[in-house]
Amino acid sequence: MAMIELLDVHKSFGDLHVLRGVNLTVEKGESMTVIGGSGSGKSVLLKHTIGLLFPDKGRVIVDGQVLNDLDEFGLNEMRKKFGMLFQGAALFDSLTVWENVGFGLKQHTKLSDKEIRKKATEKLALVGLKDVEDKMPADLSGGMKKRVGLARAIAMDAAIILYDEPTTGLDPITADAINDLIVDLRKKLGVTSVAITHDMQSAYKISDRIAMLYKGEIQEIGTPEQIKSTTNPIVRQFITGSAVGPITAE
Amino acid sequence: MRCSVVSANGFPGYINSWFETTGRKTFGFVKEMGNVVVFLWHTLRWTFSRPFYVKNVLKQMEQIGFNSIPVVLTTALSTGMVLALQSYTGFKRFGAETLIGTVVSLSMTRELGPVLTGLMVAGRAGASMAAELGTMRVTEQIDALSTLATNPVKYLVVPRFVASTIMMFFLTALGMIIGIIGGYFVGVKVLGTNPVTYIKNSINNTEVTDIWYGLIKALVFGAVVGIIGCYKGFNTVGGAEGVGKATTGAVVVSCMLILIFDYFLSALLW
Repeated sequence: MAMIELLDVHKSFGDLHVLRGVNLTVEKGESMTVIGGSGSGKSVLLKHTIGLLFPDKGRVIVDGQVLNDLDEFGLNEMRKKFGMLFQGAALFDSLTVWENVGFGLKQHTKLSDKEIRKKATEKLALVGLKDVEDKMPADLSGGMKKRVGLARAIAMDAAIILYDEPTTGLDPITADAINDLIVDLRKKLGVTSVAITHDMQSAYKISDRIAMLYKGEIQEIGTPEQIKSTTNPIVRQFITGSAVGPITAE
Repeated sequence: MRCSVVSANGFPGYINSWFETTGRKTFGFVKEMGNVVVFLWHTLRWTFSRPFYVKNVLKQMEQIGFNSIPVVLTTALSTGMVLALQSYTGFKRFGAETLIGTVVSLSMTRELGPVLTGLMVAGRAGASMAAELGTMRVTEQIDALSTLATNPVKYLVVPRFVASTIMMFFLTALGMIIGIIGGYFVGVKVLGTNPVTYIKNSINNTEVTDIWYGLIKALVFGAVVGIIGCYKGFNTVGGAEGVGKATTGAVVVSCMLILIFDYFLSALLW
């Protein structure tokens, strides 16, 4: 059963036509990774799935509901199904770690601060962090921030988790630890996940299927093995990281 | 030989270019003001709907209001004292020194209290709002709020807008009082005017409506500082440079709007 469907999605910013008819289906419980170079429209695509952006043409359907047709209330209800890990973690500077993790619970449940803190501690333990509850985001390393961001994304027991460049800016060991964490969380929580990345190691490790986005269109979709053995010259060039080929560096 | 480029419509190229630039900037300004009005509409809509983030409003009241007290006090005190000093110099020439109190109290209540408080708060709190929200925008914290099913206008903008409007009222009232005290100190203690006449003239020639006019202006200026600071911050693009531009823009536009609104409000509340 499809959890997320993007049907002929077009999006422009001024004269820049970023998405040019994207069609993508993510099944329930599946881990889909969208790869592509900088400026290929990956982030724009991801923002469409959670209603941070809306298509100029085409439809985005999440769990059977068309996102474009929802009002403010409906959209917020829909967003409760999502958790999102941002590239820079996007933790709220003015709140402590546990307040960040428990933010959704504080806004949308009647739990007391004590109960929220307890839940936040549980989620932090799930991502391998302890004794950081009272720290401020500024006191954390990049890897720790990503973990806290991940704990915040799963705090509301989301059905879908979106990862925006989960390993960008991290050293290779921390990046791999984050990959393991993503795989582990999926096994434990059974969530549907959509990641965007240009880190192929990460894509191979965390994905059931990989889709390549190039110039606003999906070039190819397949399992990591199918992608590794592709004959599509664009995908081939991207996954091998070659400067020679149809894709030119910007 | 120097030849000027003449375009198809017969005007030299530089004239066309000047019109193009002026036109583009005018359109840009009108469009931005339209966006500000839409932003204000959203803010007002969310101000009167649940949930109410009372804790956020109180926090902002502390940041915008309480923390602005020193700068407002200094400005008001200085203005009241200088006003007394300058009016004394002029009034002495035709023996009207006793009217210093009237000038100080009327100026502080109707004009200088609200305007100077507005400009000071725009420089301090308006800039701070734009920088804070601008940083939240470029680090995707505002998007993160949306993904957590929390309306960012409701959570971030409404508390700042409400706090700015309310606190400008009280800061202005405080500024009026301190300015008048400063004027009294200089007029009576330094320049030796009769204290009874000074106070009598001040009270007799200042009406309650003068104070209300000043406070109504303060409410409008508070709303202007709040909405412009938040609008500029909320619509920041382009990293650290964008945050800098948003902060400068917030102060410049707020100050300009305060001065423009000041004239129209003065004309309206004559």
